[in-house]
Amino acid sequence: MSKNNDIQSNNDIQSNTIKKGLEIPIVKSIGLPTLIIAAFFILVMTTAAILKQSLPILISDILRRFGMNGVLVLAMVPAIKSGTGPNFALPLGIICGLLAWTIGIEMGFIGITLILLTVVMATVFAAVTGYFYGKLLNAVKGAEMTIATYTGFSTVALMSLVWLMAPFKSKQMGWMMGEGLRETIKLDGVEAGQIINNFLSFEIFEVKIPTGLLLTFFAFCFLVWIFFRTKTGIAIIAGGSNPEFAAASGIDIDKNRLIANILSTVLGAIGIILYSQSYGFFQLYSGPLMMAFPAVAGVLIGGATASKANISHVIIGTFLFQGLLTASMPVANQLFEGTDLSEIMRVVLQNGIILYALTQVKGGGK
Amino acid sequence: MSDNLLSIKNISKEFYGNRVLKDINMEIKKGEIHALIGENGAGKSTLMNILFGMPMIHETGGYQGSIELEGKEVLFASPHEAMAHGIGMVHQEFMLIPGFTITENIKINRELTNPNLVSKIFGRQYEGLDMKKMNSDARKALDIMSMGIEEYTQVAGLPVGHMQFIEIAREIDKTGIKLLVFDEPTAVLTESETQNLLAAIEKLAAQGIGIIFISHRLEEIMQVSHRVTILRDGEHVVTKDTKDTNVYEIAELMVGRKVSLDRTNSTSRRISDETVLSIKNLEVKMPGEEVKGFNLEVKKGEIIGIGGLAGQGKIGVANGIMGIFPARGQVIFESSPLELNNPRGAIAAGLSFLSEDRKGVGLLLDESIELNTVFTSMQIHKEFLHNIGFVRVMDSRKIRNHTNKMIKDLDIRCTSSLQHAGSLSGGNQQKVCMARALTQKPKLLLVSEPTRGIDIGAKKLILDLLKKLNEEQGMTIVMTSSELAELRSICDRIVIVCDGKVEGILSPDASNAEFGLMMSGTRADSQLGGAE
Amino acid sequence: MKKAKYILSKQMPYLADNIVPIIFIAFTLLGFVLTTNVPFNFFLSELSSRFYRNAFIVLSLVIPVIAGLGLNFGIVIGAMSGQLAIIIVRYLSIEYLHLSGFWELVFCLVLSLPIAAFIGFLTGKLYNKTRGQEMIASLIVGFFANGVYQFILLFATGIIIPVRSSHPMIKPDGVGVRMTVDMGELHYSLQNILKVPFLWAVLLVSVLLLALVISRHLMGKKGHNKDNRVIFFTKVGLSAVLIIYSVFAIVTKSKITSVKDVPAATIIIIGLLCLFTELIMKTKLGQDFRSVGQSQHIAESNGINVDKTRIIAVIMSTVLAAWGQIIYLQDMGTLNVYGAHTQIGMFSVAALLVGGASVHKATVSQALIGTILFNSMFIMSPEIGKAAFGNALLGEYFRTFMVYGIIGMALGIYVWNANRKARITLDPVEVHTQDN
Repeated sequence: MSKNNDIQSNNDIQSNTIKKGLEIPIVKSIGLPTLIIAAFFILVMTTAAILKQSLPILISDILRRFGMNGVLVLAMVPAIKSGTGPNFALPLGIICGLLAWTIGIEMGFIGITLILLTVVMATVFAAVTGYFYGKLLNAVKGAEMTIATYTGFSTVALMSLVWLMAPFKSKQMGWMMGEGLRETIKLDGVEAGQIINNFLSFEIFEVKIPTGLLLTFFAFCFLVWIFFRTKTGIAIIAGGSNPEFAAASGIDIDKNRLIANILSTVLGAIGIILYSQSYGFFQLYSGPLMMAFPAVAGVLIGGATASKANISHVIIGTFLFQGLLTASMPVANQLFEGTDLSEIMRVVLQNGIILYALTQVKGGGK
Repeated sequence: MSDNLLSIKNISKEFYGNRVLKDINMEIKKGEIHALIGENGAGKSTLMNILFGMPMIHETGGYQGSIELEGKEVLFASPHEAMAHGIGMVHQEFMLIPGFTITENIKINRELTNPNLVSKIFGRQYEGLDMKKMNSDARKALDIMSMGIEEYTQVAGLPVGHMQFIEIAREIDKTGIKLLVFDEPTAVLTESETQNLLAAIEKLAAQGIGIIFISHRLEEIMQVSHRVTILRDGEHVVTKDTKDTNVYEIAELMVGRKVSLDRTNSTSRRISDETVLSIKNLEVKMPGEEVKGFNLEVKKGEIIGIGGLAGQGKIGVANGIMGIFPARGQVIFESSPLELNNPRGAIAAGLSFLSEDRKGVGLLLDESIELNTVFTSMQIHKEFLHNIGFVRVMDSRKIRNHTNKMIKDLDIRCTSSLQHAGSLSGGNQQKVCMARALTQKPKLLLVSEPTRGIDIGAKKLILDLLKKLNEEQGMTIVMTSSELAELRSICDRIVIVCDGKVEGILSPDASNAEFGLMMSGTRADSQLGGAE
Repeated sequence: MKKAKYILSKQMPYLADNIVPIIFIAFTLLGFVLTTNVPFNFFLSELSSRFYRNAFIVLSLVIPVIAGLGLNFGIVIGAMSGQLAIIIVRYLSIEYLHLSGFWELVFCLVLSLPIAAFIGFLTGKLYNKTRGQEMIASLIVGFFANGVYQFILLFATGIIIPVRSSHPMIKPDGVGVRMTVDMGELHYSLQNILKVPFLWAVLLVSVLLLALVISRHLMGKKGHNKDNRVIFFTKVGLSAVLIIYSVFAIVTKSKITSVKDVPAATIIIIGLLCLFTELIMKTKLGQDFRSVGQSQHIAESNGINVDKTRIIAVIMSTVLAAWGQIIYLQDMGTLNVYGAHTQIGMFSVAALLVGGASVHKATVSQALIGTILFNSMFIMSPEIGKAAFGNALLGEYFRTFMVYGIIGMALGIYVWNANRKARITLDPVEVHTQDN
């Protein structure tokens, strides 16, 4: 049957190509996922140009998506460096950020004050959450990724109860009738939409540069980079790279994993604040459920693995992945109307990359 | 011609240019218990791997010579083939599934089955298990070993001695078993369990099964073997009838060799009377190298060696003091008690450790030479850091300079201080470990297996370096090594560890026999066996 | 007091192992206490039809657990295979063949086998490449396969695979399958084969159970110790009570008779699967599953082809999941093409865990009990939400939380235990003299 052949040819070709492809030196140094996504990206951009789509708008969108996802992907770095694998429990940090948003709006703040206050609250919540979650992770060494995923899912489900029962009264957030918060909460009502994006932004060749957003993202990249050059940061790297070595050198690996986890959760909380202000709204209930996966794929596409990641991976990966997703939507819509091909492509590429990374995880088995 | 069950003829083996076996000849008769004895690295394991057709032998160029089983030449390409020809091996590590019954373990992958309708169509895997028959087979095997335990008991929770017997039962249950190899079988057994085992082995031999018995316990060898073969440095030293020899002779032959490393008695060695490290009743739970009550007084300024056979515990001592494996006991360093199970405390007190597990514990393979060099000093002694407010950031320039100095001093061959440690050769990796230990400016250096896996040239370099440190800086060195020769070449005293305890302390120029006897744990005064 | 404490401590390990089913039973009972407007026979009807729908696919999870692959979230892919088969059969049936419901069902089952077997083979290979991380790999591969599935049905259909654009199953512009597919005569095709009134079925099953329990006891399969005797008498007592009750209810025509009829064919198929699973475990293959599940290393060194054994386990699980999904859908009546399979992995795994199974141990009875318990909670939670908080939606969110939480907790406990056992510790003090 034709269906059989489709699946067969896709997968068979894939595995053979991977095997042969890995032998080529350039692939070895850059990494297969990065090359594949880069190739797709170039293909899509070329197609967009051929179809005479508005390149300035496209590039503006790409820059915006790049900036707004950056810190969420950055959150993966402390987790991977500390040896707990990519942070599939990113929803935990995201929920801290969302909680901070709702409380900030409830208290009646608007504009830049709202954002600053939200950031402060989110950081506090995330630090506490990261601490307790970190303790859980220390108890489940070897299966952090699986446990992380389910902790994330359970927390999102639990928080759905909270959103529903929360005694919030703000009209910006509640349903017309009945209790509980709405699913999607807009930020223009509180003058917080795109504030950071627009800060210091300018246009060049009709391309809108969201300066504030990009500056914030790069600032956090710099902070994380500096952190991993401190005494503690280096100890964390050692603990993740070779726990026996670190232990023999007197490092308290568990404590360091906690610190890395707190950092990762805080970045997740700040990440969602940047993300939602850029979109102009944030989503509660099942909104955060699947948000870890694009971030994980993002850092992997940049060349990271489940045990090694650094800032350059974040920047390259986020740019390529978000660039591809942003550009493919209008292109696919123009070529194949009504098929939502770009979304399907996202699911396949994103999860395919994560699967590939999992096959590269060493060790395991009984 | 020969009533030999097994003939090993002129076996030689090379590993990447290193000759590990030279022209080994050995014969086992039917029903003979043939002991195989040798120090660490004598070649026993390699010989057994060849006999057993292990893939790693074929992957590294095969071997020269031939093996004959019952007069016919054989070449085993896999353990499976060896097993099919009736050769069985009882390993040191137990390969038993705790959640299975004794029968299930004995019969694993050799289950007895009955064909049925489905299996006729789909294949043998769907045949039904015949538990009744399997249980009775298991019962038979257990009875040969005189084990009263029920065959349907679960293995989990059984005492270690029982597990050993179940391993044996599994081998003898295999049809057509002709030759059984026992690799250090009594290492984990109690006295009475050992006697049971030896009795069972004799029973098996009486049935015509040939036995190769690898052990370092000379008394057991004297008790139960018919002949004994001694290997040393990959060469066949001698094969003798057991009744024609004694422990003293065996011990001497096991150890004796021309000492290739000269000992230069240096006049600048300053050993004081002061005890710098005092160890009392040290117990360490290091898998495979357990320490069961170690006592020692180390004098300041000396180089003291810790030697012994593999698995006897010598490696566990330093690991226990440095907190790498759980330990118990009393250690006093420079007159203050040293807390055990505390790596940070040991390092902070001034002890530095060069582990035998270079790549595991000793290095961050994915990081640069410079990070590896300064890591411990940075973390414990807070060096190589810029203090900015409450933040401590690494001082790249200082690290670079220091590492480059170390690279020059120790002659580390690398492309730069940024090269990943994982891509260096064994000898250079060892030098990086040394660099890290020295960067900590220790008061006492513990070194384990300093020249393992390193070529001759680099070996000498490292040993000379240790001597220099001791002579020029008066550093006290505790050196653990499997190579007696290197211990004898630079140590002032040599402690021999057997069964997790100090068997004795010898001077480097004590006789080979004394070393041999002590390493095998034989009391020199109990002269067992025949000739004097 | 002391005696009570002692008894409690003896029962502790049993309690700890079975904490999850106990929580769920308590939850269901709580539901009955809190709500007044859930008549028991409505509950039983709902529960029974959910059981018939879901039991098969939960059973498909048992073999992978035994073979050491943990919880196979990849059954989602099996479900998708079953759905592909349904779509193909329905398309062809409407277009050319005009088959009856029964034959459509047969073709679905037959067609899904090679599809699911092939997919299972690929999935098994993936699990072998992600050794040690199988569970998260199975989760992600489900998402991945969903993407491929959507590609096939939304895009390839029409553009690569020629279909008639005016076919009721195809979207109006000729590209892509519609969101829902009407099952037509497939609906209840299995259920309709043979229906038995509820109470008669209960009577029949209880009699069979009693006979089974007594015959097993008489054959002396398990030792005649005190624990087994207690269990034996409990089972006998339970069966007897059910027999008496059902006879009584039939005779007095109580309200219970309004519970839905039992679809005998479905029950028989579920029974066959239970039998199949049990029998497989008594073959060499089953023993290989167990060996590989207990220790891949030891199995390998004894010559068992670990990789191949694992793949066989995954293939079986995927095929059974495909059939299980077909059984589920023929009961539902409409196929939600892009959504029917998405929750099935999570819910089935949760059901298995609720029955008392764990990541490394699962039995047929745990799967069946779990299906019953899980679905009773499922039915009761909106009611509990309404009664306790005045909000049915709350009950539903709570239900979702329980599902994720159960799985997370089971995983966590498993890993924590495994790590605890692997830790090296010093022997207790009396190390030296063993027996002198």
